Amino acid sequence: MNDEIYTKYLALDKMPTMWCPGCGNGIVLQSILRAVDELNADRDKIVFVSGIGCSSRAVNYLDFDCMHTNHGRAIAFATGLKMADPDLHVIVLTGDGDCASIGGNHLIHACRRNIDLTVICMNNSNYGMTGGQYSPTTPIGSMTKTSVYGSYEPPFDLCKLTESAGATYVARAATFYPLQMKELIKKALQHHGLSFVDCASDCPSLFGRLNRLGDAGQMMLRWKDRLVSVQKAKTLSAEELKDKVVWGEFVNTDDRKEYCDIYAENIAKAKEAANG
Amino acid sequence: MRKIQINTHWCKGCGICVTLCPKGVLTLEQETVKAEKEEACIGCRQCEYHCPDFAIVIGEDENG
Repeated sequence: MNDEIYTKYLALDKMPTMWCPGCGNGIVLQSILRAVDELNADRDKIVFVSGIGCSSRAVNYLDFDCMHTNHGRAIAFATGLKMADPDLHVIVLTGDGDCASIGGNHLIHACRRNIDLTVICMNNSNYGMTGGQYSPTTPIGSMTKTSVYGSYEPPFDLCKLTESAGATYVARAATFYPLQMKELIKKALQHHGLSFVDCASDCPSLFGRLNRLGDAGQMMLRWKDRLVSVQKAKTLSAEELKDKVVWGEFVNTDDRKEYCDIYAENIAKAKEAANG
Repeated sequence: MRKIQINTHWCKGCGICVTLCPKGVLTLEQETVKAEKEEACIGCRQCEYHCPDFAIVIGEDENG
């Protein structure tokens, strides 16, 4: 029964979570736990690393080895961890503010190196923990605490960003489709190389309230018309795709070498040169 | 009939499950969700998968 997943993987003494009612982070965390459970991976070989923000609080509720690090530096810590022990399975839990703005450079350089990390970004379009300021993924025209006349900055498409930076697995999931999210996260976990999953979620108590989007249930129903699968998006024009969120798998390739493998090869070469 | 287990200590009453339930099984009572028509549950588990607080678990059908 599914109840076992919760008692098995959650730190029960820390529950309930500090997230606001209806926060999408819990749905993403639930999907991650189901994905990890289905893969039957060795629990001692999995490490969760997170930065700062609502999404990064997720590691506090997990009964795994976890690191809660500086703002934006989750990927930097994770890179060090992975280099120290390439057998570890390092999963980075981060938010849109954490990984796209302050940690933006770490994200693109991890993608460039194609190091074997799984980066899961809980994208709720604003900085929730600090009171709802606009983030690099806030849609144009949205009200936030720091854009009271509507945000006028064009948002990042994190999937396109990571794809062009060189990530070898890129997907977008949404909290409206939790089972599909679980499947995409499962594939990301199995991928050898940098895998990035952008999880579109909601922040009902700040973003939803300031934009008058209704309660958590109504915000969830809004996704129904906005989500378009990547297969369907190919048949639609740019005009029809305006204001839509394309979800699915964008990149899944193994044509680039993984960073730890290249590093091990270089060490072997150096040793050979020293001995020869 | 399916057993609907609700952890009232973890539920924050966000109402996502109430909105998504296709059979109107769940209702909100004093900011906590309650299974009012448990016998109508068809076991789609939309409430369970969408619960951000890990508060709902739908059991297997006891009649098979």
